[in-house]
Amino acid sequence: MSAAGQPAGRSRWGELILLPTINLVAALLLSGLVIRLIGESPRQALQLMLAGAFGSQEAIGYTLYYATNFIFTGLAVAVAYHAGLFNIGAEGQAYIGGLGVGLVGLVGGNWPFWLVLPAAIVAAAAFGAAWAFIPAWLQARRGSHIVITTIMFNFLASALMTWLLVNILIKPGQQSPETREFGAGAWLPTAQSLLGRIGLTVAASPLNLAFLLALGAAGLVWAIIWHTRWGYALRVTGENPSAALYAGIAPPAVMLLAMLASGALAGGLGLNELMGVQHRISLDFPAGAGFVGIAVALMGRNHPLGICLAAILFGALMQGGSELSFDLPHVTRDMVVVIQGLVILFCGALQNVFRARLRRLGLNL
Amino acid sequence: MEPTETPVPPALELRGLDKRFGSVHANRAISFSAARGSIHGLIGENGAGKSTLMNIVYGFYTADTGEIWVQGRKREIRRPAEAIAAGIGMVHQHFMLVQNFSVLENIILGAEGGARLQGGVARARAELAELARTYGLEAPLDEPVERLPVGLQQRVEILKALYRGAEILILDEPTAVLTPQEADQLFRMLRRLREEGKTVLLVTHKLREILAVTDRVTVLRQGAVVAEVRTADTSAAELAEKMVGRAVLLQVEKTPARPGPPLLEVRDLEVRDAQGTPRLRGINFQLHAGEILGVAGVSGNGQSELLEALAGLCVPSRGAILLAGRELRPAGRGAESRRALGLAHVPEDRLRMGVVSGFSAEDNAILGYHNAAAYQRGPWLSRGAVRQECERKMAAWDVRPPQPAMRIGRFSGGNQQKLVLAREVDCRPKVLIIGQPTRGVDIGAIEFIHRRLVALRDEGRALLIVSVELEEVLGLADRILVMAGGEIAGILGRAEATEEKIGLLMAGITGAAGSRPEGSPP
Repeated sequence: MSAAGQPAGRSRWGELILLPTINLVAALLLSGLVIRLIGESPRQALQLMLAGAFGSQEAIGYTLYYATNFIFTGLAVAVAYHAGLFNIGAEGQAYIGGLGVGLVGLVGGNWPFWLVLPAAIVAAAAFGAAWAFIPAWLQARRGSHIVITTIMFNFLASALMTWLLVNILIKPGQQSPETREFGAGAWLPTAQSLLGRIGLTVAASPLNLAFLLALGAAGLVWAIIWHTRWGYALRVTGENPSAALYAGIAPPAVMLLAMLASGALAGGLGLNELMGVQHRISLDFPAGAGFVGIAVALMGRNHPLGICLAAILFGALMQGGSELSFDLPHVTRDMVVVIQGLVILFCGALQNVFRARLRRLGLNL
Repeated sequence: MEPTETPVPPALELRGLDKRFGSVHANRAISFSAARGSIHGLIGENGAGKSTLMNIVYGFYTADTGEIWVQGRKREIRRPAEAIAAGIGMVHQHFMLVQNFSVLENIILGAEGGARLQGGVARARAELAELARTYGLEAPLDEPVERLPVGLQQRVEILKALYRGAEILILDEPTAVLTPQEADQLFRMLRRLREEGKTVLLVTHKLREILAVTDRVTVLRQGAVVAEVRTADTSAAELAEKMVGRAVLLQVEKTPARPGPPLLEVRDLEVRDAQGTPRLRGINFQLHAGEILGVAGVSGNGQSELLEALAGLCVPSRGAILLAGRELRPAGRGAESRRALGLAHVPEDRLRMGVVSGFSAEDNAILGYHNAAAYQRGPWLSRGAVRQECERKMAAWDVRPPQPAMRIGRFSGGNQQKLVLAREVDCRPKVLIIGQPTRGVDIGAIEFIHRRLVALRDEGRALLIVSVELEEVLGLADRILVMAGGEIAGILGRAEATEEKIGLLMAGITGAAGSRPEGSPP
C-alpha cells in the first residue's frame, strides 16, 4: 500500500504531473489506433471529444456535472484506501445514500432551503454510511474480506432499491419505477441560477450547487487525512497495522470509522444526481459512477486534488464521448467505455511502465 | 592482494564489480579473490554492500560492469541456476526450506533428476551418504525439517548446496540464529569443508567469527573494498576501525549499577498463541530502577512474546505485570495506556512495528504520541509543533541527515533507530523495554546507542533489553536473564555470566552453576 499517498523525497512534479500526463497520452494514442481500426479519423474524434467536453458553456457544465459524481465516489474510495481497505461498494453506498436524499426531497419539498439542504446532506451521509457499516463491521470483527462483502452489497442495494421503487415509493398511477417529483423547495440551485444572481449569464446545464459541495468535501478530506490526529491514525493503520497496534491505535475501530466516512462521501452523489438534476428517485441513478470512482481514486493517487482533476478528466470522457457517438456513425457509447478502460489501464494498472525509462533519463522518480 | 603466480587459479575472483541502484552506488569496482580450499571472510557494516555483492555472485542481480571468474574461467552469472552450474552454493540467513518436507525431499527439491521420483531418491541417498562420510555432515534424511533444531536446519542448507555440486559456499550471516555452541559446531564443519578443498565465503558483521574461522578477510565500507588482509595479521580493533573508518570503542564503558527499588515486576506470566500453545510459561522476575536487565536466548524462545506482553500488545493467559507496584490491566488500548503510565517500548522489528516506512521522519516521531496535547491545535494536528519536536529530537540524538520531511525509509538503520529511541525516551519513561537495540545498525551508531542506554540507566530508569547478540547483552546488562523454550532458564549476575554458561542455558540445559530462577539484584 506504499505506492500511494505522499511521495515525499521523490520529485513530486514528476510523480504527480509528468507521469500521469505521459500515461494519459499513451492511453489516448492507443485509443486513436482503435478508432482508426473501426474506420474513423482519430484526429477528428479527438477534436469532437474535446469540443464536446469543453467547447461550450453547456459542454463544460455537463463535464463538471459528471465530475461532481466522480469526485464524491473517488473520495469515498480514497478514504477507505488510506485505511488499507479497498471499498468496491461506493456504487451501492451512493445508491442507498440517494435514498436518504430522496426521502428528504419527498418530505421536505416545501421546507425552507436553509433546513432542507443540511437535512439532505445529513441524510445522504447517514444512509451511505449505514450501507457501508455492515461490510465494515464484518471486516473489523469477523475478518470477512471487504472486497467481497462490498461487491455483494452493491447487488443488495440494487435489489432493495428496485423493490422499494416498484412497490413502495413509486408514484401512484404510473408504470415507470420512480417517485413523484420533489417539491421545488428541495431542488439544488443550478449553476445558471447561482451565477445569474451575481450577474453572470451562462448557458443552461445540469451543473448545480452540488459541485461546490463536492469541492468542499475534497477540502475536508484533505484537512482530516493530513491534518488531524484521527487522519494520522487512519494513515498509520493503512500503511502498517502492526505499527498502529504498537502506537495504541485500534485498527478495527479506525477501519470501521473510515468505512463510515467512505460510505458517507459516496452518499453525496445523491445530492448532485437527485436534488440537483433528476428531482426524483429513479432506478439505477448512480449509473456506474461508484466504479468510475475507483479509477478516479487510482489515477488521482488517492489525493483529493488529484481526485478532482481525475474526476474532471473522466467527466470529460463521459461528456465528450457521448458527443462523439452522436457525430460519428461508427462510434457507439461502447467506444467511450473502451477509451475509459484504456485510460484506467495506463494510469492505474500500468502506471509504472514509463517510470524506469524516465529514471534512465536521469529523473528522480 | 598477492599476485596469482601459482598454477592453481583462485576459486572465485571478482574483477571490478560495480552496481548502482538509482542514485545509490551499492558496489564500487569491487575486486578480490578467494583461494581454493580457504575460508574467506567478507565483513562490513550494514549497508556496506555485502549482500548486494553476494547477490551478484549468486545471480540475483547483474553487475553493471565487472567480471566474475570461477576456478580460472570467466563466467556469466545472470541467474541463480547459472551460479549453481558454476559450482557456487549459497546458504541464506533465512533458510529456504519447505518446513513440512523431509530433509531428503528438501535436498533434492529442484534437482530431482527426472520426472519419476524413485530413481532420483535412491541416487540421492547414496550420494548423501557419501557426503556425510566425506564431510562429517550427518542429517536425519527422513525427518521433517520443522522438527529439526535450527543448527541442523542450517546443515541441511549446506548439504543442499553440496549436493548440487557446490565448490564455493557462500554463507550469509550464518550465526544469527545459533547459540554460541552451535556456532562453534558450524565453524568446525566449515574447517572440515576447507580441508576437503571447498572454498567458503563467510559474510558477516561479527568480528569474533571472522577472527575465529577465516584465513583472509576483505573489508567493505560504503560499497568499496577498503582492506584485504590475512586474518592472522589483524585484530578486532583494526578490523572495526577499517569497517567504520575511525577508531571504535568495542567495550561499553560503564560503572557498576546502583539498583534502586523494583519498578517492574512480572509474576507467573503465561502467554499462549492463537492455537493455544503456551509460548511463555512461569515467567517471574523483577526489574529495578537504575539497572539494565539483558535477555539472552536463541531467537524464537519466547523473547518476542515477553516484549509484547510487557508492552500490552498481547493479552497474557495468566499472571500479572506490575509497574511501580500497580498492576497493569491487559484489556483495552494496552500500548497507549502503558505509555501514559511510564512504560515505553522500542520494538524488536523496527520496520514491521516501530516505524511506518512510507511516512516522513516527523510523522514517525509522533507515532504513539499523536494524541499528546502538545501536537494539537483545536481539532487540528499542528504541523509546526510536529516539525519542531522532530527537529529537537534529531538534534538531541544526532539523527542524520536532520531532515524531518524526509521519508524514514531513506534513513540508515542506525538513524531510524536513533529516532525511535528519541521518541520513546523523550516522555521520560520509568521503564524502557527494548528489543534488539542495534539490529541493522552500523557500528558507529551502535557505540552511540549503547552509551545513551547506559546513561539512561544512570539516570535511574529501568531498562530491559532483549538482544540476539550475546556480545551486546554481555556488554550492556547488569543482570542477564536467559530464555529457553518460553521459560526462564536462569538469571545470572554479570560477574558470574560467562559466554559458556549462557550458552548452556540458551540450549535449555539448566542446573548450570549459579543460575537462579528467581530474580534479585546482585
